[in-house]
Amino acid sequence: MTGPAGVLDALRQATGGHAGPAGDGDAVDGVPARFVAAPGSTAEAAAVVRVAAAEGLAVVARGAGTKLGWGTPPRRLDLIVDTRRLDRIVEHAAGDLVVVAQAGVPLAELGERLAGDRQRLAVDEVVPGTTVGGMLGTGVTGPRRLQAGAVRDLVLGVTMVRADGVVAKAGGKVVKNVAGYDLAKLVTGAYGTLGLVTEAAFRLHPIPPAAAYVSVRLPDPASAYQAVQRALHAQWVPAAIELDRPEPGGPVEAAVLVEGTEAGVTARAEQAVATLGEGAARIDRPGWWGTLPAGSDRGVLVKATTELTGTGRLLEGIDRAAVAAGTTAAVRGSGGVGVFHAALPGTDPAAVAAFVKALRDAAPAWQGSVVVLAAPAPVRSEVDSWGPVSGLDLMRRVKEQFDPDALLAPGRFVGGI
Amino acid sequence: MAGLSELTSRLRAELGAAKVIDDRQELRTYECDGLAHYKVVPGLVVLAETTADVAAVVRACNEAGVPFVARGSGTGLSGGALPHADGVLVVTSRMRKILDVDRDGQRAVVEPGVINLHVTRAAAPSGYYYAPDPSSQQVCSIGGNVAENSGGAHCLKYGFTTNHVLGVEFVEPSGEVVEIGGKAPDPPGYDLLGAIVGSEGTLGIATRVTVRLTRAPESVQTLLAGFDGTDAAGQAVSAIIAAGVIPAAVEMMDALAIEAAEAAVHCGYPAGAGAVLVVELDGPASEVDAQFAQVRELCEKAGAFEIRIAADDVERALFWKGRKSAFAAVGRISPDYIVQDGVIPRTALPEVLRAIADLSAESGVRVANVFHAGDGNLHPLVLFDDAVPGQAERAEEVSGAILDLCLEHGGSITGEHGVGSDKAKHMPRMFSAADLDTMQLVRCAFDPDGLSNPGKVFPTPRLCGEVPGRHRGAHPLVEAGLAEQF
Repeated sequence: MTGPAGVLDALRQATGGHAGPAGDGDAVDGVPARFVAAPGSTAEAAAVVRVAAAEGLAVVARGAGTKLGWGTPPRRLDLIVDTRRLDRIVEHAAGDLVVVAQAGVPLAELGERLAGDRQRLAVDEVVPGTTVGGMLGTGVTGPRRLQAGAVRDLVLGVTMVRADGVVAKAGGKVVKNVAGYDLAKLVTGAYGTLGLVTEAAFRLHPIPPAAAYVSVRLPDPASAYQAVQRALHAQWVPAAIELDRPEPGGPVEAAVLVEGTEAGVTARAEQAVATLGEGAARIDRPGWWGTLPAGSDRGVLVKATTELTGTGRLLEGIDRAAVAAGTTAAVRGSGGVGVFHAALPGTDPAAVAAFVKALRDAAPAWQGSVVVLAAPAPVRSEVDSWGPVSGLDLMRRVKEQFDPDALLAPGRFVGGI
Repeated sequence: MAGLSELTSRLRAELGAAKVIDDRQELRTYECDGLAHYKVVPGLVVLAETTADVAAVVRACNEAGVPFVARGSGTGLSGGALPHADGVLVVTSRMRKILDVDRDGQRAVVEPGVINLHVTRAAAPSGYYYAPDPSSQQVCSIGGNVAENSGGAHCLKYGFTTNHVLGVEFVEPSGEVVEIGGKAPDPPGYDLLGAIVGSEGTLGIATRVTVRLTRAPESVQTLLAGFDGTDAAGQAVSAIIAAGVIPAAVEMMDALAIEAAEAAVHCGYPAGAGAVLVVELDGPASEVDAQFAQVRELCEKAGAFEIRIAADDVERALFWKGRKSAFAAVGRISPDYIVQDGVIPRTALPEVLRAIADLSAESGVRVANVFHAGDGNLHPLVLFDDAVPGQAERAEEVSGAILDLCLEHGGSITGEHGVGSDKAKHMPRMFSAADLDTMQLVRCAFDPDGLSNPGKVFPTPRLCGEVPGRHRGAHPLVEAGLAEQF
C-alpha cells in the first residue's frame, strides 16, 4: 500500500492531472470520499481503476451527482470517479438510428444534438441533469417507456472498465445483434457495482412531428385503473399513460400522450378523449408529467411496481399503508407500465418504516416490489431499502466474479452487494 | 462412459423409463438441430414434462459431472442445440402448456415447449398477439426463442425476444430452481433476465416463461415494390427511415432469391425485378394511412417500377409467402446452401451488397440475398453442390468473407440465429480476449463447472477456479456482515 500522497500522485498520473483530494461536497449519500479523479477517456478510466485495484480503494462513479442518494450508501468509500470529462458524443449515425456517447454526457445535451436530426433517445429525463452514466447505473425511466421500452431495451452495447482495470466491451452498435452475452443489460440498473461504464451505444427513435396530451380527473384508484385499462386496450396506441395522485384518498389525474403525424394525432387525441370518458379533455403537457412526485428531493422516495392488473390495488395499498403508518404519500407513475414512485416526508423514520413494511407485505397480491430509492440517513437505518430479492444468490455470485474484492460501490446494491 | 450408465439408471428410477431414451436408433433422431451438417448423437435423451423433471436431470448431471444440452423444437440455425456425445439432451418439447393468458395484464405464461405461433393463437381471441415472429414461428418453441433471443421480420418496430420476456422460472446448472422476474417490471437486483435471454442455453434451462402480449394493430398495410436492383431498393429503405417512418417490417430479396421463391411457391413477384421490397406498416388507421402514402411515394422516387398493395390478408400472406419460404426455396435452385446471418449498419447496405456481388463473381460461388433491410440483418444464402469436390469449401470461404464484411462495417456476426456451435470460432473476430473473458464471468457465476451446453458461444472456456492473489481483501459477504469465514 502506498501512502495518501503516493495514491494521489498515481491518480494524477492516470488522469493527466485531473485528480485531487476530496473536498467538502465529495461524499456519496453522506459517506465522504478521500480522493476524486476525473478520467477523460476509457484508457484513463482504466488507469484510475487499476490504481484503485492496486491500493484496495473503494470506488463510486459520479456523473452530475443527481442520484447519489439513491441505492444504499456505500459501506466504505475512498475514490469518487467523476465522469464529467467523459463528455463526448462519439458517433451519431443518424441513418442507422444509433448514437454512441460517453458516460458523462448529460441527457439534455444528447437530446439537443439528436434533435438536430429529428431523433431522440426515448428516455425521459426524470431527474434533471442526469448523465448517460447515471441513467444506465440506475435504469431510471419515465413515461415513454410504455412504447419505447426501458433503458435496458434501448442500450445496444457498453464499454466498461472492470474492477481489475481491464477494459471490456459487450454488445455492439447495430440494433440487431445476438453475439455473446448481453452484458449491457446486466450493468444497466446495477448502481455501478459490476463495472465502470465509460461509453454506451443506444438505439434511437425519430421524433414524431406531432404530440397531444389528454387528461381526465378521476375520484379514486378503481376508476383510475379502469381508465388505464381502457387506454391500454385501445388501438389508437398511447405513447404513455401516466397517473398522478398528490395525496392518499384524493382524486387521481390520468393523462395519456399520443404521438405521430399531425393528422393522425388529431384523430387519435379525439379517440383518447372518448376512451377516457366523461370529463376527459385535450390539454397542454401537464406540469407534473415525467417528473418524480413532489417533495422527493428532500424526503423519502419509494419505487413500487405492479402487474398491469394491480394498479388500482397498489394505489389503494399505498392509501392503507400511509394511513396505518400515520404518514402521507404523493404518488406518480406509469400506469401503462406498472412502475410508480411515492414521495413521503422523511421526518419520522418509524412512520416510513411502517409504511414500507405494510406496503411490502401487501405487494405480493399485485406481484410487485417496493424499493426505497432515496431517504435521509435516519430513515435508511430503520428500513430495509431493497426488500426481498429473488435470485439473490445468483446475483452475489455474479458480483463475486466481477468484483471479488468488492471495490466497486460496495454496499450500494441489493443484499449488501 | 460409466457416469452415463449410472445416470441412466438413476433417471429411469426418478422420472420413469418412458421419459428416458438410450436406444441408439432413437437417439439418432436427435443428432442435429436446424443446422443439419453438424451431427452428434447424444449420450442420453430425457423428454422432460415438468420443471421437476428438468431439475432432476440437471441435478443428476451436476452430481455426476455430466454435461447437458437443452433442446426445444430443434429448429435453431447455429447448432445451439447440438447434443454432447457424453451428455444428456434435455428435450422440453413435451412441456407445451399455455398456463395463463392474461389479457388485462398483457401477459401470457407458458411452458418452454409451447410453439411461438400458439401463443399468438391463444391470445388472438382477446385482440392480442406475441410480437417476436421468427420465420420458423409455426414450429419453433418459446424456450428456444428465449435461449437464442430470436428475432423476426417485425422486430424492427417491436423488438426482439429479450424485449418481450418479463420473467422465467429457471433451472440453474446446480439444479436449483429460481424465479427471475414475472408479470411486474423491474424486480430489484441485477437484470439477470437480460443475461439469460440469448445466452443459448449456457446458463441453465428456462422451464416457465412470462411474455408480453401486444395489442393487435387497428390497421395493417403492406406493399410489394419491384426495383431494377438492390441499390435502388436500398435507397428506398434509407429514404423511408430518414423520413421518420418506422415500418413494422422492411424485407428485401435480390434477383436470385426471387427466382428461387418463384420456383418454389409461385408468389408472383414483379417480373424482371432485380430486387423486391416488402414494406409493412401497422398501427392506428389514421397514422398508417398517412405514412403508407409517404412510403409509396418514397419507393417510387427511388425507382420502383411496380408497386402492389395488398388488398386483404390473403394477398398480404402471398407477399410474405415468398419471403418466408426463401430459405427453403433456395433448395430448388441449388442442391446445397449455407444460410448466413450477419448484421451491418443499415446505411452500409448498398456498399456491402456490392462487395458480396464482387465476392460471388470472383469465387464463382452464387449468393442469393434475403434480408431484414430495416435493421441491416443480412441472410446471404451461399449456394453450392456438395457432390462437386471443393465447392463446399469455397462456399464456406465466401460465407466467412461475408462475415468479415459485416465486421469491417461495424456490424455483428449474428443478428438472430445465434453463435451456437457454428460461430464460436468467429467470436474472437468480433470481441477481444478481455471481452470474451468478461462475458464468461457470468458463465462462471451461473455454471462454474461448465456443464450447461458446453462448447457453444465461446471458442475457449474460461476456468472458473479462483485466480491466485485476487482475494486480498475480506470476502465481500463477510465484509457485508452477511457471512462469516472460519
